Amino acid sequence: MFRFFAIRVLRAVLTVALVVTFAFIVLRLSGDPARSIMGDDASPEAMAAFRREWGLDQPLWMQYLHYFAAIFQGEFGRSMRGGGPALDLVLGRIPATLMLTLPALLMKLAIGIPAGIYAALHRNTAIDRAVMVTAVAGYTVPSFVLGLVLVQVLAIWFAWLPTGGTGSLQHLILPIITLGVGGAAVLARFVRSAMLEVLGQPYIRTASAKGIPWAAVVRGHALPNAAIPTVTIVGFMVGNLIAGSVVVESVFSWPGVGNLLVVSVAARDLAVVQCILLLVAVAMVLSNLIVDFLYGFLDPRLAEANSSGGH
Amino acid sequence: MANLAGTTPASALTAARSSQPLLTIEGLTVDFSGVQVIRGIDLTVARGESIGIVGESGSGKSVTWLAALGLLPRTATVSGSIRLDGEELRGAAAMRLDRIRGRRVAMIFQDPSSALNPVIRIGRQVGEVLARHQGLSGSSIRAEAKRLFELVGLPDAERRFDAYPHELSGGQNQRVMIATALAGKPDVLVADEPTTALDATIQAQILDLLTTIRRETGMALVLISHDLGVVSETCERIMVMYGGLVVETAPSESIFASPRHPYTQGLLAALPPFEGALRQLVPIEGQVPEPENMPPGCPFAPRCPQRMAVCEVTIPRLAQTEAGGFSACIAGPATEAQKPLSLKTSVLA
Amino acid sequence: MTAGILDLQGISRSYSTRQGLFGKKVPVHAVDEVSLSLKEGQTLALVGESGSGKSTTGRIALGLERPNSGYVLFRGTELPATDTPAWRRMRAQMQMIYQDPLAALDRRLSIIDQVREPLDIHDIGSASKRNNKALAMLDAVGLNASHATSLPYQLSGGQRQRAVLARALIMQPALLVCDEPVSALDVSIQAQVVNVLMDLQKELRLSLLFISHDLKVVRQVSQSMAVMYLGRIVEFGETHLLLSNPTHPYTKALVSAVPVAGRRTRERIILKGEPPNPAARPTGCAFHPRCAIARPECVSVCPTFSTLPDGRSVACHAVHTNPPTKEVGS
Repeated sequence: MFRFFAIRVLRAVLTVALVVTFAFIVLRLSGDPARSIMGDDASPEAMAAFRREWGLDQPLWMQYLHYFAAIFQGEFGRSMRGGGPALDLVLGRIPATLMLTLPALLMKLAIGIPAGIYAALHRNTAIDRAVMVTAVAGYTVPSFVLGLVLVQVLAIWFAWLPTGGTGSLQHLILPIITLGVGGAAVLARFVRSAMLEVLGQPYIRTASAKGIPWAAVVRGHALPNAAIPTVTIVGFMVGNLIAGSVVVESVFSWPGVGNLLVVSVAARDLAVVQCILLLVAVAMVLSNLIVDFLYGFLDPRLAEANSSGGH
Repeated sequence: MANLAGTTPASALTAARSSQPLLTIEGLTVDFSGVQVIRGIDLTVARGESIGIVGESGSGKSVTWLAALGLLPRTATVSGSIRLDGEELRGAAAMRLDRIRGRRVAMIFQDPSSALNPVIRIGRQVGEVLARHQGLSGSSIRAEAKRLFELVGLPDAERRFDAYPHELSGGQNQRVMIATALAGKPDVLVADEPTTALDATIQAQILDLLTTIRRETGMALVLISHDLGVVSETCERIMVMYGGLVVETAPSESIFASPRHPYTQGLLAALPPFEGALRQLVPIEGQVPEPENMPPGCPFAPRCPQRMAVCEVTIPRLAQTEAGGFSACIAGPATEAQKPLSLKTSVLA
Repeated sequence: MTAGILDLQGISRSYSTRQGLFGKKVPVHAVDEVSLSLKEGQTLALVGESGSGKSTTGRIALGLERPNSGYVLFRGTELPATDTPAWRRMRAQMQMIYQDPLAALDRRLSIIDQVREPLDIHDIGSASKRNNKALAMLDAVGLNASHATSLPYQLSGGQRQRAVLARALIMQPALLVCDEPVSALDVSIQAQVVNVLMDLQKELRLSLLFISHDLKVVRQVSQSMAVMYLGRIVEFGETHLLLSNPTHPYTKALVSAVPVAGRRTRERIILKGEPPNPAARPTGCAFHPRCAIARPECVSVCPTFSTLPDGRSVACHAVHTNPPTKEVGS
């Protein structure tokens, strides 16, 4: 068991390192931070001074090594724009983002899972088809389109809700709905197919043949099996809590991590962008670890393979 | 060899045992979206008897019993009558059926490893039946499950209660399935290809176990199999199915010694013998018909060496043979048919 | 041992599998010291339950897997290393068919295209000659011109297996390895394929290595047979001798377990215990935990082969020390 987790953790660290490296390379190759922050008309001396200050005059591999070494010491660098520590800047934005993504996650689970189960149990009925048409629509429409439509209808035409910004609970409603709809649709489709797969298994027929009432068969025999694949996709959604709202935050000018990312990328504020990417990677990797652990808990076949025997 | 005369097909073979059959199926048909796969089946099961249902894939041997227990998906349309001790099961309320399934009629399936729920401990899978049909709870479930596991010869019964199906071999899982079936103290056990997925020596163990349990508990056994040898050695009465119909039924001794229906004769001629001299196998030409393309008359007519013009338009009914069985053949029943020698060379052009 | 078309000499093959995902590596002896000889034009059946190593032995015979030790001789010549030109030349004379014909066929190609394919690859004869040859081969297995233009899913299981057979035989191989070729087929169809196989064997002087768990089919098709248990051969000899008078306790149990239509009451040998796990091979004679006549030496000493007067070899301590019993095993 220890070996199993040690390897998983090692793999997780490697993944994070790869993400950071990738981010470093892409950002350094795509433009000159000095120029984008100082502006095109800055004097060559000022540019040189800026480069020296931020270490941009050193060879790329040195910058990379310094950057990596700093991260291992918990030092994420300073924002080139604001000057403050990048980590503080990012962490300060997280609560605002979670105010959107956590309720949106609850909405996805509360709507997606029951809808998927219900559709599977009423396969090929009008209800099933209605759920699926809604789900396909909900997941094909991009969130920025949905967000803009919601703003147009509810905020501009009816003026029930604010178009964006912060300040009250009402400001939360549109972004949360925009975030939740797509995920609920994905989850509904996924849960439906997982349930259909399970309901077609021989052990479901066995349970019925034993005289177990259908409701108890679904609850006791089908759901625990359908939960296993569903955990993966829910884990992905949890991993996305920090960074899953980039588009929606932009649409609703919400001061969260996503908004910070967009602004920082545009300004080539390297430290901030790298810090966000690192956090996102850590969140993803952590949620993957949790999924692995839950798998072992939900599926005894894996639990055994991980600990001792297996075939 | 039983020699019964002057009775109707539905009750003839069981009349000697009991006046009232335990389970009666009459005129059973099953349609899947307009395609008929079971085309009118009559049969009875008497208390304590063992009956073997034989047929190749697509004969409808499994569907018959899934239909009888209401286990087919909703897309299936079932008509006819299924009566258990006189009580009609077709169209019965779900609550009523749930008290019969697992309690009065239990069913086990092919490939025990996938017929057991992979994420539930096997003790709980047996315990469910004990709780529901025997009203047991708590420690008495554990005690009774242990007794059942010992009864079916599961080694290390005590410790197995908390095991998962993947920790057991296929043969052991089939023993768990049998224990689960016995938990309801059923009057009939329907075993659908219970040994097909198992190795030869394990198959022998399981068949032996089924026979022993039947003798000891007096429950009836319906053994569904594609293997003539398996039913021959386990069952007193054999029913041969083809194309959604019963084509022949007779006591086990007589059906293999003197098969009456051309299909049964063909099956035996196609089977490699395990004793006596080697002989050229005689295959049955052609293919089992698809339910969508079922011939209008006798389903076996297109492959039958004794085919007559009338066979292609009329579905023959079961008629009594002198050996105490019934055969659904217009051409054959009275005559001991010749081996279809004409087919011998036809595979190679 | 007289040289036949195929000789396996003391071949062993072991894998190492982990216990669990990251556990200790454990060696699994899939095939252990197996020696076999198949005579030209004859059929040798390999019999055993799951985990006996019979399929691995078949793959080794074709060079699809290399043995860790031992030799595979094809017509007296050692099989060249896999994927070399010499191996490919030799492989053209050795073909294999499996239990599931649908998996062996390309779903998108017509039957004739697939049967003709080996001729196309080796560029044998003109296009029309190749086509005619493929049609003749299909005809020989009982498939007509309309089957030839069909796609695999349009055929039944038995027809597919015959198409696979046609493809395997189109290059006129000398050796055909059949791994459970009729196990998935219904009885009436099984007879069609068995007959075709046996007729073509006679016509083409094919040698068959026939891997099967079905002793009824084995009795029908083979002249000699080898019974395998946990990677080792326990009894090897003429099929009719082994089946009518099995000597090894495991062969006795296997023969006794065959369900025979028309037989009602008889004493069947019921083996205790489970089919064995190759990863946890018992010491001594691997069969001893399930053997009714096991004695102390069986637990510690692996029995060697003794040859009986009728020519068969048996690996059993009980046979080693006592003259063979003449009773029938069932």
